[in-house]
Amino acid sequence: MSHSVAAPVTGAPALPTVELRELAPWALFFGLLGSLVIFFISADQGAVSIPAGTAIHEWVHDARHLMGYPCH
Amino acid sequence: MNARAFLVRGLLAGLIAGLAAFLVANVVGEPHVESAIALEEAGAATASDGHSHSHDEADAAGAEDEVFEVSRTNQSTWGLLTGSLAIGVALGGLVSLVAAGTLGRLGRLLPGQSTALVALIGFVAVALVPFLKYPATPPAVGSGDTIGDRTALYFGFLLLSVAAAALATYAACRLRTRIGTFGGVVLGAAAYLVVVVVAALVFAPVNELGDFPADTLWSFRLSSVLTLATLWGVLGVALTGLVIRLYAQESAVAQRRELAASL
Repeated sequence: MSHSVAAPVTGAPALPTVELRELAPWALFFGLLGSLVIFFISADQGAVSIPAGTAIHEWVHDARHLMGYPCH
Repeated sequence: MNARAFLVRGLLAGLIAGLAAFLVANVVGEPHVESAIALEEAGAATASDGHSHSHDEADAAGAEDEVFEVSRTNQSTWGLLTGSLAIGVALGGLVSLVAAGTLGRLGRLLPGQSTALVALIGFVAVALVPFLKYPATPPAVGSGDTIGDRTALYFGFLLLSVAAAALATYAACRLRTRIGTFGGVVLGAAAYLVVVVVAALVFAPVNELGDFPADTLWSFRLSSVLTLATLWGVLGVALTGLVIRLYAQESAVAQRRELAASL
């Protein structure tokens, strides 16, 4: 953050990057999986219920309240 | 450094962060959850406002009986641990893949620095700013009838905050090549602030507190912020440490290869 302008200093080591083409399948797959996990912990059987019931809601009840997700 | 290496480290950092968040939530937060539930049960016994905490009104024969499908002991220990670990691992994975995508693309920041910045921006955009608009509510606050609206508002605001933070960071990176790092960062942060402040004014307020005691509410919300800060703080520190280690190892290998080639 302390550098003022990105001057390509000669001799400065090139920063590593991850090719976006290589990252895309990982981001897509884990993006879906991670979102699904967060949905089940944070919101399932509250506003939307898949599957029906209250077991998941009851089991993670305290985590929902303490992590700031809407609950009741 | 590749996507897989980042994801593995993110999942590990998330697991550690989830465990730390569980400890803070259990030790600092649970006493306030218990007092909120005690208040709720006292209220239900006298006023019978129709809100049974166990959510199984339909099949409740004696409507006043507080029958939990899951015991309070389980909710406050194993249930809380399940939620904390799952959220920690999921967030850890997501943050690590964002860190992989921004690697070498946030100005001249080194891998550890850009990873730490991603975690910091993540905490602000995903946890802190949504909390300021829709703060956590203890049990006994929040009706089952409005859970649909409250969930939509919360996640709508959360998504908007994350999108604004991503765009503002991108804008700051583009601007810094023209007007310098200071100007770019200040303008990017200001743009994010304007978006979330306007959104906070536009989004409908949620206030179902009623006459819930202020001291219990304050203590509960403080413990909730501490839980979230622990989750993101430990995640950021652990992932940054692991990424720095990975970068050092790969740099050493590359240097040795260079040396061998020059001989």
